[in-house]
Amino acid sequence: MSLRTTVAVIMFSVLVVFFISTALMLSFGDPMKTEMDDYIIMHTQNETGTNSGVTTIVFDYRGFDTLGEATILFSAVSGVIMIFRKVKK
Amino acid sequence: MSQMSKIVRTQSNIIFPFITIFGLYVIAHGHLTPGGGFQGGAVVASGCIMLLVAYSSKWVLEKININRLSVFECFGALGFIGTAFFGLIFGGWFFNNFLVRNGILFNVVPEFGSTLSDFNTAGVLPLMNFAVGIKVIAGLFVIVLVMGLASSAKEWKQ
Repeated sequence: MSLRTTVAVIMFSVLVVFFISTALMLSFGDPMKTEMDDYIIMHTQNETGTNSGVTTIVFDYRGFDTLGEATILFSAVSGVIMIFRKVKK
Repeated sequence: MSQMSKIVRTQSNIIFPFITIFGLYVIAHGHLTPGGGFQGGAVVASGCIMLLVAYSSKWVLEKININRLSVFECFGALGFIGTAFFGLIFGGWFFNNFLVRNGILFNVVPEFGSTLSDFNTAGVLPLMNFAVGIKVIAGLFVIVLVMGLASSAKEWKQ
C-alpha cells in the first residue's frame, strides 16, 4: 500500500470511530440538557437590549458565523462575475 | 431573455413597490420581528429579479450600472465588518455591542419579559442588519443579472 492509501484508511477509520462513538454516547430522542439556551433566554434582553433573541444570536453572540456567511456571499458573487466575464479573443 | 408580454410587465410594475416596501420593513425591523438582513435582502432582490424577468436583462442594464451594484455589495461588507471593528475600538473586543447603553442611537434596554417592541433598542444590531441587507440585495441581484446577460449574449451570437 502506498502512503496516500494508508493515510486515507487511517483518516476514514478515525472518522467512523468518531461518529459511532458520538452516536452511542447520546441517547436517541433525549437531548442533553444545555445551559446555553437558558442563559440566552434569561440574559439577552439585559445584555444586548434586544427583544428578538434570534437576531441577537445571529448578529451578536455568534457574530463570527454571520461574518463567514457574508464572506461566502461575497466570494460567490466574485466567482459568478469571474466565470461569466467577457472573454476577448 | 426577451421582453415578456405587456400584461406581465404591468403586473410586475404594480407589485414591485409593495415587495420592496415589505423587504425594507423586514430589514429595518430585524431586531424586533422574525427576519433580518438576509431575509429582507432576499425579498427585495427577488422583487428586482421579477423586473429583470418581466423586462429583459438588456433593459435593466440600460437603467443601472452593474459596477455600482458591486460597489453596493462591497459597501455592505465594509459596513458590517466596520461596525465590528468599531466595537473593537470603543468597547474592547471584536463584535462588541458598544451602542447598547451609552450610544446616541438605539440605546434603550427593554425590561425583562415580554414587552412592547421599541424601535430604539438593540445597539449595533440595526446597523449590521442594514449593512447585510444592502449586501444581500446587491449580491443576489448581481448574480442573476450576470447570468441573464451571459445567456442573452449566447442567443445573440447564434
